[in-house]
Amino acid sequence: MTGALFNIFIFPGVLFIAAFGLAAEYIDRKLCAMLQNRVGPPWFQPVADFIKLAAKEDVIPQHADSGVFKMMPIIAMTSIITAFVYIPMWSTQALFAFKGDLVVVLYLLTIPTLTYFLGGWYSRSVFSMIGAVRSVTQLFAYEIPLFLSILAPAMLADTWSLSGMSQYYNGHPWAILFNVVGFVIAIVSLMGKLEKVPFDIPEAETEIVAGAFTEYSGRLLALFRLAIDMELVIGASLLAAVFLPFGLHLGPWAGFGLYIVKVLFVIALVSLLRTVFARLRIDQMISFCWKVVAPIAFIQFIADLIIKGIHS
Amino acid sequence: MPEREVKIPIGPQHPALKEPESFLITLRGEKITDMTVRLGYNHRGIEKACEQRTYIQDMYLVERVCGICSHSHSTCFIQAVEEIAGLEVPKRAIYIRTLIAELERIHSHLLWLGVAGHEIGFDTLLMYTWRDREAVMDILALLTGNRVNYGINTIGGVRRDITPDQIPQILTAIDTLEERTKYYVKVGTEEITLRERLSGVGKLSKEDAIHLGATGPTARASGVDRDTRRDDPYGAYGLLQFEVITDDHCDVYGRTLVRLGELMESYKLVRQILRQLPEGQIMVKAPRKISAGQAISRYEAPRGEDVHYVKANGTEKPERVKLRAPTLANVQVVAHMLKDGYLADTPIVIAAIDPCFSCTDRAVSIMDSNNGQAGTMDWPALRSYSIEWYRKQGTDFSELNRKFRILMESE
Repeated sequence: MTGALFNIFIFPGVLFIAAFGLAAEYIDRKLCAMLQNRVGPPWFQPVADFIKLAAKEDVIPQHADSGVFKMMPIIAMTSIITAFVYIPMWSTQALFAFKGDLVVVLYLLTIPTLTYFLGGWYSRSVFSMIGAVRSVTQLFAYEIPLFLSILAPAMLADTWSLSGMSQYYNGHPWAILFNVVGFVIAIVSLMGKLEKVPFDIPEAETEIVAGAFTEYSGRLLALFRLAIDMELVIGASLLAAVFLPFGLHLGPWAGFGLYIVKVLFVIALVSLLRTVFARLRIDQMISFCWKVVAPIAFIQFIADLIIKGIHS
Repeated sequence: MPEREVKIPIGPQHPALKEPESFLITLRGEKITDMTVRLGYNHRGIEKACEQRTYIQDMYLVERVCGICSHSHSTCFIQAVEEIAGLEVPKRAIYIRTLIAELERIHSHLLWLGVAGHEIGFDTLLMYTWRDREAVMDILALLTGNRVNYGINTIGGVRRDITPDQIPQILTAIDTLEERTKYYVKVGTEEITLRERLSGVGKLSKEDAIHLGATGPTARASGVDRDTRRDDPYGAYGLLQFEVITDDHCDVYGRTLVRLGELMESYKLVRQILRQLPEGQIMVKAPRKISAGQAISRYEAPRGEDVHYVKANGTEKPERVKLRAPTLANVQVVAHMLKDGYLADTPIVIAAIDPCFSCTDRAVSIMDSNNGQAGTMDWPALRSYSIEWYRKQGTDFSELNRKFRILMESE
């Protein structure tokens, strides 16, 4: 019982992910600032932002559905934390694992976007509603390439479990080279999922203020922002587990250290990419995802299928 | 089922706008079907204030019409005053004015480039251009003492001279800026997302640009070959070699290229001015009272053409001053450019005319918040309305007013 509580609240549960998420936000912002030739925030800035927001009053719009409005940040956070327990961190075995947990993780990672949509939609503000609609429109563009690019390595490993994939790729380290294209696709899709430039269309500041989050304030906004930070970590962890699975058999401490390095590497890639592009328009984003990213992801899928056929 | 139309208010308060202005956009999905512009949130009564101040005070007031093209407005005003007074401004002063004007154009265009980057979510460009802009701001501070609102003009010349040791500093800064601008030209023409976001956006054909009266880079990017510096030379422009940059893209991308091209021309101009800078005094004594007469002065500000009209009546204060900032000419074009565009393009299309709304506002209309009816109020009506309003709030000044009147009469 205490073990389970420890897992839920401290490690790898709420406390660890929250701390890691805030640290990841700091690293993302600092790196971005350095790339843009700025000084950037001090290390405690994300924590300070969180405390400041949490201390403020919650303002709920008069016409908003207050139940849905209040619930959405919590659902977003819960689904993200739940997804985390299936990702292998310090060894090839995750805290929990079963056949098909990969599908569950992908499913759980779709929920935050849906909460942004619902939260925005039930805010009953024009800016929130347009942002909400854009989030979902964008969801249909990046989700297919993301699924294809992550399912391709899974198929090569002949398992639908993240832990199983880790075991396979630690046994066959060179097999991961087949999935390099998939990694690139997954990074692009992750940028869409995390709503980072050039895919930050749903929260395009200069057009629709803050998109779905326009009406959020105080604790609810603090929770939403924390959920977004956690999503960054979990997205990076998923990519690290699927595409950079090496070194997990070296023991828990070395494995965990390597895990942190890998996650930071993915976050650094995201930060780099978000500094070098301008925001796309929603129609450009959709056509880019369907005409370029999805076909390449599909080719990766087919390639893995052929390799699998030759290999067996 | 037809899609529902949604009305989105961009402004008066909105992150895309740096100044309060209202654009009410009607959307069908992401497409814009209709738009209305409302000006008048920034009325400052500058023209009226000019009539109550002396010419030299007016010059400083007019300089504050705009925070970016401040030298443009003060020079434009002063040219009109000098024309009425028949003053012969020394050559060196004219060259210094032109130098400051070109430095101001550099800082304004670099600022615009950053703002444009920000509007399309390319914040890296904003950070880079604004960092480089510091070089020209430092030079302006070195020459005039101020980063903006330079206050270098005075009636009959300029207030500060350029010393020989300042010239190499200016040239070094210009060299750095030229190199950086070449890099931005490269970014602008090669960076794929930037080009995707700018080309084909905010189309304005040559005919429409002329018909709707666009000026400045907005008109030149639609192929209208019009520049006051060349067509009606003022300052030292008649003696300098430069090209007027035009472009045939007719969109926001073209406007970006025109501004980048003008930056390169400005560097050339600054070097020429410093090379040709004549010796001599920097000002002539101007009379306090300007003889009766009137004049119109035109000036190519970074954003387009400034037009100032001054009417003098022989006293030390002007009888009438009329200012037209370039945004007033360009704001009509925005509604046209946004038709059938996307919501996502609204910020960049508005930003592409390099708007300065507070410079533009010359009138204010009063709108009834209950029935939306617009109208105007004259001074006595406004005064009695305010007295009545305060009385309703429980503040009554009529007793105080009466005592004050008795006090004034007894004296």
